[in-house]
Amino acid sequence: MLTEQQSTRATPSFDVVPGEGGREAIKLEKAEVVYGRGKRTTQALAPTQLRVEKGEFVALVGPSGCGKSTILKLVSNLLAPSSGHVHVGGREVGAKRVGVGMAFQNPTMLPWLSVRDNVMLPLKIVPPFRSRFRKARKGEFRDRADALLEKVGLKGFGDKQPWQLSGGMLQRASLCRALIHEPELLLLDEPFGALDQFTREELWGILQNLWLESKPTVLLVTHDLREAAFLGTRICVMSPRPGKIIDDQPVPMARPRTISMTYDQDFVRLTQQLRELITHSRPDVA
Amino acid sequence: MEFVEKIRQKLAAAMLILGVFVVWEIACLLMGIPEIVLPRPTVILETLSARLPQLMPHVLQTLGTTLTGFVMGVTVGMLLGAIVGSSRVAYDTAYPLLVGFSSIPKVAVVPIFVLWFGSGTVPAVLTSFIICIFPVVVNVATGLATTEPELEDVLKSLGAKKREILWNVGIPRAMPYFFASLKVAITLAFVGTVLAETIASNRGIGNVMMIATSSFDVPLVFSGLFLLALLGVALYLVFSLIERRVAGWAMRKSELPTL
Repeated sequence: MLTEQQSTRATPSFDVVPGEGGREAIKLEKAEVVYGRGKRTTQALAPTQLRVEKGEFVALVGPSGCGKSTILKLVSNLLAPSSGHVHVGGREVGAKRVGVGMAFQNPTMLPWLSVRDNVMLPLKIVPPFRSRFRKARKGEFRDRADALLEKVGLKGFGDKQPWQLSGGMLQRASLCRALIHEPELLLLDEPFGALDQFTREELWGILQNLWLESKPTVLLVTHDLREAAFLGTRICVMSPRPGKIIDDQPVPMARPRTISMTYDQDFVRLTQQLRELITHSRPDVA
Repeated sequence: MEFVEKIRQKLAAAMLILGVFVVWEIACLLMGIPEIVLPRPTVILETLSARLPQLMPHVLQTLGTTLTGFVMGVTVGMLLGAIVGSSRVAYDTAYPLLVGFSSIPKVAVVPIFVLWFGSGTVPAVLTSFIICIFPVVVNVATGLATTEPELEDVLKSLGAKKREILWNVGIPRAMPYFFASLKVAITLAFVGTVLAETIASNRGIGNVMMIATSSFDVPLVFSGLFLLALLGVALYLVFSLIERRVAGWAMRKSELPTL
């Protein structure tokens, strides 16, 4: 409905031609998620339309419990839609192997592996890297993990165990793990939600740089409106449960964006407008 | 500094253990307890050193039997635990069966084994085998069943297959539980072996103790107990060492007790 048209409005600072067949990365078509059976059902996600082009950075915002994370689970094939369709890379999700990197609100590091081994985990699972994992784990892959760790400010922490790192450091490592296999699709589920403001803002900058380097398609779930506006090329606003997308707008600000830009008038106006959309969509307020 | 502190702690512990035996010795002497009731530790040691060549084949017999039963029990326990821990149906059907089976006193099972396989080593191996299974199954199943879904999601989102998830998340996650169960299982395995040897065998420490009891050779009985305790402690230590290598991540460095 609105996504199709409005994504044409999205004219970010790079060359995406919306609507063109081969450029579609994600498409949700009347995707609905219902938990439970019989009379005791909960609709987690109302039939939702969403289309994301390749190379876009889409931020999903909305009140808590509105089904933002559900959309991520659908796209990452952790959850199947109760009805409707989810397409990733032009095919039904799961039909074709798409390089997906995912970071969660909790860093979810495997506690028995060192930080570096945690970061290298996708290389062990995902083709074409998996076939070379045994040979390259001590050489090429190791260097690759270390290089990535250095980019997020974790140089020299590869040999540490996860419990020796702080929450912010673990989240940086988690970002590395999501990126190491150079995924076409990056799914971020409130990855900075549990961090303090300063760490969070620093990581926004790092994430922006990483994205600018290789331009993967990103779907970011967040409840931080400044974060959405800072990082996204497009922001989708969701209504409270059962969630659906009620607004979809581009973020025209130039890249690379800086933290001080988030206090500019345009920027503040944008976040203010988003805030009002969300508060007015809540049934108890409206 | 830290090293000295460690040595001091070790020394204190050793002294305390030694103290227990000293108290035993002194109590026996002061109260004039006859050897036939409770032999003094020194008498036990004397007997042990005098009869060691005679006892050695029995020690090896018991050790071999126990380890065979233990390895079999742990293997089967691990497989059962993996099935029970990863499938709801298996959990619901296997658990009542297992609990029921392990509630049967093993003394009652030995005669059946003797009936089937004759007396000797086989019933002893089987007894220690079945006594080992339960703790391993329960722990491995618990370890797998309590794996955080978030950790599994990390691999699922990468498109990992069920087998890969089990291998990379489930099994490592269950390791601390598995090793805890190994420590319980190895001590139980000795119980099983000695039990069967006492009832139906002409070899092994259990048999030696049985014969010694009937001839009122109490120091020899206690020597047997000593040897069993020693074997148990030795194997326990071996598994503790392996555990620290394989599942050390579960114990943070600062809390890690040094052997």
